[in-house]
Amino acid sequence: MKYYDKLIFELSKEGRCGYSLPVNKFPAAPEVPQQLRRQAPLRLPEVSEPDVVRHYTNLSQMNFGVDTGFYPLGSCTMKYNPKINEEVAALQGFAGLHPLMHAGLTKGANKVYQEMNKALAAITGMYTFTFDPCAGAHGELTGLMIMRTYHMMRGDMARTKVIVPDSAHGTNPASAAVCGLEVVEVKSLENGRIDVEALKPLLGPDIAGIMMTNPNTLGLFETEIKTIAKLVHDCGGLLYYDGANMNPLMGVVRPGDMGFDIMHLNLHKTFSTPHGGGGPGSGPVGVAKHLEDCIPDLRVSGFHGNFGVILRAYAYILALGKDHLRQVGQYAVLSANYIKECLKDVYKLPIEGVCKHEFVFDGLINDGAHDDVPGATTLDVAKRLLDYGFHAPTIYFPLLFHQALMIEPTETESKETIDTFIEVMRKIAAEAARDPNILHDAPHNAPITRPDETMAARNPILKYEW
Amino acid sequence: MATLPYLPHTQADIRAMLDRIGAKQLDDLYSDVPSEFLKKGAYALPDALSEQEIRDFFAALEAQNARLKVFVGQGAYDHYTPSVIPYLTQRSEFLTAYTPYQCEISQGTLRYIFEYQTLMCELTGLDVSNASMYDGPTAAAEAMKMAVSCARKKNRVLLSKALLPHVIKVVETYAKFHGVEIGYVPAPDGQTSLEALQAELAQDDVAGVIVPSINRYGIIEDHSGFADAIHAEKGLLVEYCDPSALAVVNTPGEWGADIAVGDGQPLGLPLCYGGPYVGFMTVKKEHMRKMPGRIVGQTVDKQGRRAFVLTLQAREQHIKREKATSNICSNESLMALWVTIYLSLMGPEGLKEVNKISADGAHYLKAELLKTGQFQDVFPDKPFLKEFVLKPKKFPGQLQKKLEEAGFFAALDTEEGYVSFCVTEKRSKEECDQLVKVVKEG
Repeated sequence: MKYYDKLIFELSKEGRCGYSLPVNKFPAAPEVPQQLRRQAPLRLPEVSEPDVVRHYTNLSQMNFGVDTGFYPLGSCTMKYNPKINEEVAALQGFAGLHPLMHAGLTKGANKVYQEMNKALAAITGMYTFTFDPCAGAHGELTGLMIMRTYHMMRGDMARTKVIVPDSAHGTNPASAAVCGLEVVEVKSLENGRIDVEALKPLLGPDIAGIMMTNPNTLGLFETEIKTIAKLVHDCGGLLYYDGANMNPLMGVVRPGDMGFDIMHLNLHKTFSTPHGGGGPGSGPVGVAKHLEDCIPDLRVSGFHGNFGVILRAYAYILALGKDHLRQVGQYAVLSANYIKECLKDVYKLPIEGVCKHEFVFDGLINDGAHDDVPGATTLDVAKRLLDYGFHAPTIYFPLLFHQALMIEPTETESKETIDTFIEVMRKIAAEAARDPNILHDAPHNAPITRPDETMAARNPILKYEW
Repeated sequence: MATLPYLPHTQADIRAMLDRIGAKQLDDLYSDVPSEFLKKGAYALPDALSEQEIRDFFAALEAQNARLKVFVGQGAYDHYTPSVIPYLTQRSEFLTAYTPYQCEISQGTLRYIFEYQTLMCELTGLDVSNASMYDGPTAAAEAMKMAVSCARKKNRVLLSKALLPHVIKVVETYAKFHGVEIGYVPAPDGQTSLEALQAELAQDDVAGVIVPSINRYGIIEDHSGFADAIHAEKGLLVEYCDPSALAVVNTPGEWGADIAVGDGQPLGLPLCYGGPYVGFMTVKKEHMRKMPGRIVGQTVDKQGRRAFVLTLQAREQHIKREKATSNICSNESLMALWVTIYLSLMGPEGLKEVNKISADGAHYLKAELLKTGQFQDVFPDKPFLKEFVLKPKKFPGQLQKKLEEAGFFAALDTEEGYVSFCVTEKRSKEECDQLVKVVKEG
């Protein structure tokens, strides 16, 4: 990766163009009336086609993706994105469909939704799915709307609170607030699981439900899930499953069987569709049979959700079939546990025991917190990893630990890649003990060194001035 | 069982890794799961397909969809896509990256988002853009929430009845659960009524008003006096726009709007049965810190070189949790790249030409359709660009069927009993003539 400094505006020269359009054979329409016409000049780049191709190719070379290298970003399930999925999504018979065409014109597309619904129901143990949500957080919001609709349809208007564990993804409480629910936090125990005794007094006639992810964000299975489900159901609440952590359960455990009533899936995590640098995603929401009637009136996106993403995920499911589903979950868990065991003598492992698809270290054992022992912080470790050709794990999340370093390898990384990563993580630990400045100044080999983020926030420059 | 090519684990790898962990078999890694929750028996899924079988499967499925010339818009427009765009957006450094959390190795993503933000500000005439939203309707819903948040005590948002139907429905859904009251401003003569708006504003409870720049009838609306009336009551004006058309019609900034939202789909995105598209939002500078979503800012690295980062993150869910301005996390980054490349290729002249050919085509088609004597003009004096509605003199079901058989998707029914048409630069004069011929013969 090398530094490239241009912005497209800086390549612009009056009179250049990057398009070709057919000759206009229509008679001229009346002009747009003066008072409705754009007054300001239209300043867009004027660049040739080769300029554009070279510019964005250069930009791409300052980026790191799953196809570049190992991307152990916890909670994000950065698995390999199969290329056949891209081929399928580009087919003109799908890409050319107008969203308002009636069902008689879109039989192939309808079948994609029907078959995806069946497949996701089989994989998760839910009854049926809606495909409208365009991302995970969008799915959470939709799921909570379903939760509230369920209570409202029963005339139970008092259930205005939702319980969220302190280890939850930030989107959980944010989605609850957008949905008009009050968030009640439940604490975790020393062993990283929900404190059932702390949960009990929170339950009552004002509780709409609980949002959980299992395994939780520490990568630990919530072993008391049966008790929790019973307690929440007995108080009249529903259980919501945040599907961000579904990958380790593929082919082994189904959220529906654990008592969850509503869940979302991230097709851009568990089902192999590319993240695209922050979307497009797809966050279908599944419900148990008794909630089927709560879905129909909810219109949360323009048309039918992100169809192009759903197509890719369907191609992935067809490649997995029932034969390989279990391998996905098992190998993801195998790789995570292997890394944990190989590094826990140099990184702090706050909670022992088998993990699922990911786990959290609380930074280096030599964390630099004591003046007499050299060391480095989690941020330093993350930045140094970039020098060695790896993406960094998720850092400073979950909030339960001060130096959280959350590692999720996924099932698509080879033992060789993982072993190299382990070797590098140990090397970084050794560097931290010997010469922590190498880490403080990292990255050294990336297109840029560490940027001044304070300046960016204090004096925001959010567009190019020309 | 054949090996899945996405899984590199050999039996020897698995054995060695299990030994290092101290587990006998893979199942032991689930020893913490109560046994009653371990799935027994096979999953109700089909057998795995090979790549060639997947290819054949989707070819057969694709063939079940109709392939029609699209003469309908209503929020999804069949504009031309330069071949450069899919080529570049498929580059795996863009395609397979996550949100740019590690900025030192994400300068490609961060730079194109910065370019995108600049372009959206330029098109809309406003100061600050975010990195994208899911789609136009959800962007409108976020604007509704933002208006209420800025207004503090006022809790009603007005929607023009001339907004596209799917925009109204999504905003209503969000409002219901967010506890926001929705009011409506009628558009009796094909244009959102200022008089009716003023009457609603007089109730002193309006936090914001969402109006279409070009409405569901395809009419270019005149919003003279809207901003003054709304600002006098301390509400926000939100303009819902087609960003492509902003090359030629008044910008939200010129109407005095506080927020502009809409769908970036007309900027060269494939129809793709409704998604992925890309919502956009731009705002006046004073509302910057209330804006939802990711924002990219410029700064310098340690060596003083220009660099880009995610900024103003104190607004966001991963910092503020339940106090965040929105729950949005993943957005539509790759589609924002799509739009950015589109606008770079088209430039000012290309975008104006797209509008010109589309408008010329639509006016031609409308005139020819009226000549058939089978339609009535609904809003004869109102200016439009690429989209228009007509009132069919008889029930249009049979005509629509005939058009489909002849290879056209056109004359879409509207809630008002009209039929809607749209012409883009992809439709030729010959295609328009053929369509009219089918109508005549009908």
